[in-house]
Amino acid sequence: MLARIIITLVIVLVVAFGGFYAWAWHSEIPAEQPHAASSFDPAIVAKGAKLAAVGSCVVCHSTAGSPSYAGGYPVKTPFGTIYGTNITPDPEIGIGAWSAVAFRRAMREGVDRRGRHLYPAFPYDHFTHATDSDLDAVYAYLMTRAPVRQETPPPDVVFPLNIRLFAAGWKLLFLHHGGHVADTSQTPEWNRGAYLAETFGHCGACHTPRNALGAEKRGEQYAGGTAEGWTAPALNAASPAPVAWTPEAAFNYLRHGFDRRHGHVAGPMRPVVDDLARADEGDVRAIATYIASLNGVSTADNQGKAAAAVQAAQSRELPIHKGETTGSAPPAGNDGAAIFAGACATCHHQGGRFPVSRPVELGLSSIVNGGSPRNLLQIVLDGIHPAPNERGHIMPGFSGTLTDEQIAALADYVRSHFTDKPKWDDTEATLNAIRQNKNFDKNSGKNS
Amino acid sequence: MTVVLNINSQRHEVDADPATPLLYVLRNDLKLNGAKFGCGLGQCGACTVLVEREPVFSCLTPIAVLEGRRVRTLEGLGTADKPGPLQAAFIKEQAAQCGYCIPGMILRAQALLEKNASPTQAQIRDHMQPNLCRCGTHMRILRAIDRAAKDMKTASATPPAPTETAR
Repeated sequence: MLARIIITLVIVLVVAFGGFYAWAWHSEIPAEQPHAASSFDPAIVAKGAKLAAVGSCVVCHSTAGSPSYAGGYPVKTPFGTIYGTNITPDPEIGIGAWSAVAFRRAMREGVDRRGRHLYPAFPYDHFTHATDSDLDAVYAYLMTRAPVRQETPPPDVVFPLNIRLFAAGWKLLFLHHGGHVADTSQTPEWNRGAYLAETFGHCGACHTPRNALGAEKRGEQYAGGTAEGWTAPALNAASPAPVAWTPEAAFNYLRHGFDRRHGHVAGPMRPVVDDLARADEGDVRAIATYIASLNGVSTADNQGKAAAAVQAAQSRELPIHKGETTGSAPPAGNDGAAIFAGACATCHHQGGRFPVSRPVELGLSSIVNGGSPRNLLQIVLDGIHPAPNERGHIMPGFSGTLTDEQIAALADYVRSHFTDKPKWDDTEATLNAIRQNKNFDKNSGKNS
Repeated sequence: MTVVLNINSQRHEVDADPATPLLYVLRNDLKLNGAKFGCGLGQCGACTVLVEREPVFSCLTPIAVLEGRRVRTLEGLGTADKPGPLQAAFIKEQAAQCGYCIPGMILRAQALLEKNASPTQAQIRDHMQPNLCRCGTHMRILRAIDRAAKDMKTASATPPAPTETAR
């Protein structure tokens, strides 16, 4: 009897696996001769360039000091490190031998030209909803870049997930096909923004929390996530911003990296904004309109609350002392206050008045008001830096100036002085985790 | 309030507010005028000194954070009669025009050479990026740092230990 049950079970498993394998198997799409750049319509190439900028493709498909799209960026996941591949039109290492059909299949199904499953660090769960003509435009753009012969390091993923068939299982569970569906109750601009944010923009890849298998939680869209040791703040009603995002503020931030009620872009969002500067301006406005709508705060509601939040934040600012341009008398009290007075107040007094770096009132910062000290600690350690080739620092880093205890005391002081929020309970542990991650990067010689 | 500072291996007791920037104490109280006041905002690097092995902006470093930590300034690297290797290289390359940024440049370069005895041109440029020079002596500054790295290697097999100051 037992033998029969086992035999039946084995047969069922074999059949099920056979079915899964047949479903997961993708044939190789024959290699094509590389297309001459002149065979693509320049208008389509230009359209593709702007969509690739919305998608920040270059961020993961390039690494510091190497040509754009030649790959090599380490994407660190809980399951291992995956390196952005070479997507220049080099026929052997890059995608030069890929047809438009093969490119579409990769973007929609996460399968490369040879039929191998790609890891979902490549956000095909977003790109799958893009239109054919948009995908073809990005294809035209990439195929007209300069080919670069640069090998990509192989993925370093834990066993057994390094078996690519597991990626197929992941897709069975989490890859939802189909075009983007417009919301007819919204304006065309909002719908344009929604389409771009959900497809090429893949905003949710960082701003939506992920489940144990690394897929975005569908029920918690834009509830906030993590990215490369930073917190990606919630964009929905849980947004920590004391002044709710408006389409104008979101546009300022996404296009120029600064808004006077929210502050400067920093961390992994910095290169995203660098890319959005090259996107179509109207598209960035549309994305801003969509993103600003996610918090569900109506314009009428927002005005009164925003004014109150600004007033509350300003009332906590340290005053400028008469006759002094720098320095500031220390408030009495703990170390954090003295450190703030000596190291921070020079710029962060009566926020927003300092013309070089335009510091925002700290009481208005999502980072100071958020649930985790992570981003504040990252910024105190490494500062805030401008777009490549622009002058100066926006804020210098203090990792050499302050000890870990002093940084933790400073972060806790900033939280207690500038907000009404409860004390963070994990400041030191978070700082240790950031330090360990940085040491790891330094020792393994990886860029991050 | 009295704060105890260790500057160039000398102990100093300073009676000042704990939030006072180190730069003011160096220049006004201790007469160590190597570090310069440029912007007071951590944007230019003229005030750069070393805390332990790291280059920091002394204009944004409250003295309260320095108890028990080692500070080094330009005066700790050598004298006019016996310049340290970086100072000597800056003189040989004539890497100063007005000279205001040079102490900060030397201290930042010192931090690099203590960690990396043979930096590439790209590493030197990357490391020196925070410090500004308005006269345009950048090329000479880069040459001087390169020269110092080479001189230090010819002078001895190993670069001077961090504790070694004036020679």
